Amino acid sequence: MKFDTPATENPIDQLKVVGKPTSRIEGPLKTSGTAPYAYERHDAVPNQAYGFIVGSAIAKGRIASIDLAEAKAAPGVLAIVTAASAGTLGKGDFNTARLLGGPEIQHYHQAIAIVVAESFEQARAAAGLVRVRYTRDKGNFDLASSLDGAIKPPAFFGTEPDSSFGDFDAAFASAPVKLDEHYTTPDHSHAMMEPHASIASWDGDKLTLWTSNQMIAWSVGDVAKTLGIPRENVRLVSPYIGGGFGGKLFVRADAILAALGAKAAGRPVKVALPRPLIANNTTHRPATIQRIRLGATPDGKLTSIGHESWSGDLKGGGPETAVGQTRLLYAAPHRMTAMRLAVLDLPEGNAMRAPGEAPGLMALEIAIDEMAEKLGMDPVAFRILNDTQVDPEKPERKFSQRQLNECLRIGADKFGWASRNPKPGLTRDGRWLVGTGVAAAFRNNLNEKSAARVRLDRAGRVIVETDMTDIGTGSYTIIAQTAAEMLGVPLDRVEVRLGDSLFPVSAGSGGQWGANSSTAGVYAACAKLRTAIAQKLGLDPAKAAFANGKVSAGGKSIALARAAADGEVVAEDMMEYGDLAQTFQQSTFGAHFVEAAVDAATGEIRLRRMLAVCAAGRILNPKAARSQVIGAMTMGAGAALMEELAVDKRFGFFVNHDLAGYEVPVHADIPSQDVIFLDEVDPTTSPMKAKGVGELGICGVAAAVANAVYHATGIRVRNYPVTLDKLIDRLPAIA
Amino acid sequence: MKSFTYERVDTPAAATAAFARTPGARFIAGGTNLLDLMKLEIETPSHLIDVSRLKLDTIEPTSDGGLRIGAMVRNTDLAADARIRRDYGLVSRALVAGASGQLRNKATTAGNLLQRTRCPYFYDTNQPCNKRQPGSGCAAIGGFSRLHAVVGASEACIATHPSDMAVAMQALDATVETVDKAGKARRIALADFYRAPGSTPHLETALAPGELITAVTLPKPVGGTHIYHKVRDRASYAFALVSVGVVVQPDGSGRVALGGVGYKPWRVKAADAELPRGAKAVTSALLAGAKTSHENAYKLPLVERTLAGVLAQAKG
Ligand SMILES: Cc1cc2nc3c(=O)[nH]c(=O)nc-3n(C[C@H](O)[C@H](O)[C@H](O)COP(=O)(O)OP(=O)(O)OC[C@H]3O[C@@H](n4cnc5c(N)ncnc54)[C@H](O)[C@@H]3O)c2cc1C
Ligand code: SF4
Repeated sequence: MKFDTPATENPIDQLKVVGKPTSRIEGPLKTSGTAPYAYERHDAVPNQAYGFIVGSAIAKGRIASIDLAEAKAAPGVLAIVTAASAGTLGKGDFNTARLLGGPEIQHYHQAIAIVVAESFEQARAAAGLVRVRYTRDKGNFDLASSLDGAIKPPAFFGTEPDSSFGDFDAAFASAPVKLDEHYTTPDHSHAMMEPHASIASWDGDKLTLWTSNQMIAWSVGDVAKTLGIPRENVRLVSPYIGGGFGGKLFVRADAILAALGAKAAGRPVKVALPRPLIANNTTHRPATIQRIRLGATPDGKLTSIGHESWSGDLKGGGPETAVGQTRLLYAAPHRMTAMRLAVLDLPEGNAMRAPGEAPGLMALEIAIDEMAEKLGMDPVAFRILNDTQVDPEKPERKFSQRQLNECLRIGADKFGWASRNPKPGLTRDGRWLVGTGVAAAFRNNLNEKSAARVRLDRAGRVIVETDMTDIGTGSYTIIAQTAAEMLGVPLDRVEVRLGDSLFPVSAGSGGQWGANSSTAGVYAACAKLRTAIAQKLGLDPAKAAFANGKVSAGGKSIALARAAADGEVVAEDMMEYGDLAQTFQQSTFGAHFVEAAVDAATGEIRLRRMLAVCAAGRILNPKAARSQVIGAMTMGAGAALMEELAVDKRFGFFVNHDLAGYEVPVHADIPSQDVIFLDEVDPTTSPMKAKGVGELGICGVAAAVANAVYHATGIRVRNYPVTLDKLIDRLPAIA
Repeated sequence: MKSFTYERVDTPAAATAAFARTPGARFIAGGTNLLDLMKLEIETPSHLIDVSRLKLDTIEPTSDGGLRIGAMVRNTDLAADARIRRDYGLVSRALVAGASGQLRNKATTAGNLLQRTRCPYFYDTNQPCNKRQPGSGCAAIGGFSRLHAVVGASEACIATHPSDMAVAMQALDATVETVDKAGKARRIALADFYRAPGSTPHLETALAPGELITAVTLPKPVGGTHIYHKVRDRASYAFALVSVGVVVQPDGSGRVALGGVGYKPWRVKAADAELPRGAKAVTSALLAGAKTSHENAYKLPLVERTLAGVLAQAKG
């Protein structure tokens, strides 16, 4: 099915099942510990051996020699694979560094060997006996000192490095009110609960991987390419994923080394990345240095917006697209944005929840707060005044829907914004300095083609199969809701099977495109199945109504199951997209409001309230969507207050590479959170009229927190995370 | 993790005898620290002597009006004990500020005192670390040192001791009771228990190899208001950036100990005497001669300000 004109009324609009706050259909499996994650697939194949990965001890250089004698002789060891014994390996399209290093080392903890043994303990012990000598090369590990050498990167996933409109330089130079500041965001780790894990099993030259992966089809291709085998010989199975946040968009060392280890050992092999390896072995969100220049008239109209961002990556890598949102968020006749990329020898940078917008808004939305203050304006009013309903760089292009102002107004009202003292540093509650902050949330909507197969079986059950993944987002449930709505059956008559490369290729989970795209694919398959069923039942497909387990047309009403009386009815289809996303700018919007308290003595920051108001198309399942947004708000609180991979600039690695050192929020950090979804349907996105929310929720949160801390203390911190050591010297004097 | 053998013992005498038989052995109590270090091959004992079921798990009054806390009393039980809560509130508060409920259920009094530093380079066996591998250097000096010591450190090591409980016990003048390999008992003031790193940061305490902690005693209660303020980047489940433990008497006198600033819970008797003069005076006495990196220099104002907040709170 091709979606190239705005959606009109369709069966989804009945909203009998879609749009209801439905609990996760796979929830009981997860809460009872019976949803089998990759590493737990003991049942999948017999005789599994254990692999343990050895990571490089240096960041850059070469392996001079590896001595495997002791390790090979250790109890239980079945095989050891290194680059020297692995044969020729390719590199996946989505990987920057190679997944098995040696002799050249590209980053710290790059995998250099897998030790396979009868037990996990034996593999781990033997891994400690692999003796490696390295020749170190000098590396470049410091972004701040690499700005001069940074280059203009090629377009990255469709985002051009530069943009300009009007005459920024002249407009900024002559602006009556100006802001010109630098902001920094640190490297972030995805820190998902489930580590990267895979079980590999060969059957002749055919490989099956039970793994934890967000993008099945991409990864089938990259496994095949890396191992140099045909794509058809690779099967990936990934039905349950314990969080990904972008860290599992791509094939990682666990999968490739499990496959190599299994080949060498002649047995299935299971591998999980140990927690201390994950931060440096896998990808991370790269640090940025951002410069923002804003010019305005005294009455608060922005005349010029300039946003530049520098980030680093390994050679061949890409930039953090931190200026993207600035091209679209506020009106101003003169604008420029630019991204520059430095070569760093730190581990590979790549996508993490809302890549680009998350760090971009961390900077931009502080800058907007600062500008509002310079103008003596309320920050909510200042944002509303500078709204745009068209793409500011292409004014002929309208937003398909844009309710940023509504989000801000409704949020301000619910939050009690008006009672705020506009002056910072003046509100006290005992030992606490109290402040409130606001930020806009913005994330583009992306649609990706997505296919599904739907079956109606003899018992009248509907079975949906697609390689879509559920990374904890609720994919199972919204897909079931979609099929139930389309075929007029209750939710418990639908079974959803996900994450298997034998199923039709879906959009996968990334870039908050999963919900709308994957359900649209299911919609297409269901539409085709409806036709097939109606024909089977001798009803006019154009008139057939599907409701209450019956199909009705022309005065006749027949039980749905009858269509499958003499065998399953099966339909498969894919939703593809025309150019509506070019005609209209499709984006999601929101507003975050935060109240924070700062201990006047110690500078400890504690959040008191958080509110998000989101306008993001049709909300397919308000319960799942709310859960996504509060999770994202929590992650945003982490980015604001604690998350930072500490770079050792001498040795070139992230030092705090475990969950004791890389702090993410705990329950005690998170206050009462509230989420409001505005009524919105967006007929330009798909027949579902939905968009994504999973990434919108994190966008702007950290800036709202930073702005609240500023309002509480009068101290502006422009370098994340906002920790007490950055406040301590500027807090009010103590008695 | 290297393979190791294991035995469980029932009496302190059996524990020390087992050690005498198996050099290279370690005692294991709750295992919440030792096992983590073994998995990473930071500790590589060839034999474990499980002391967790020794009958050293009671809290008894001493003849001089104090309490003897058995070495195997769990952190949870210690924090919840009515006498501890009433008379030694600082200990209770410090304990519940540490780790998590599950960990405190396993962790023991002795194990807590002997937990090792949380310096991230100590945890990464690829990095030079004099504490882990004597003579290899100290990666933290000139590296990521935001969490490190500002007092008592040496050219060889700038690690901090991570225990919260020990800070409270230091403020309350606790004494460690031990029995050695030969079965001889001795008492070591907690103030003398931890060794300065000097050029041998791998030697951390006054204990001889195979010497078993049997108890920690607290002298008779000192009264006063007990406050433990642990400052950290997140609200729970994190080690202290700095912590301040005070006992303040109605006349403004009292005692103070710090966590997160040195290789041991930091107490300077002369600083106690400054308490009536306020946080600035106390901090100057406590942190005299402090040496900081640009990453941990914040700890000096942080100690002073935290102490000021705590003293204000003590006044009510
Ligand atoms: C995630 C995490 C967070 C934590 N957070 C905090 C925190 O915020 N604050 C804090 O203070 N602590 C914290 N801890 C540390 C925790 O308090 C210690 O791990 C615990 O107290 C150790 O006690 P244990 O009985 O488990 O010791 P074990 O791990 O069994 O032993 C530790 C050491 O003591 C030795 N030992 C044990 N018993 C004896 C004995 N009787 N005589 C001689 N030697 C003995 C062992 O040989 C070993 O060297 C945390 C730990 C973890 C894992
Ligand atoms: S500070 Fe001490 S523990 Fe840390 S690296 Fe240096 S020597 Fe090792």
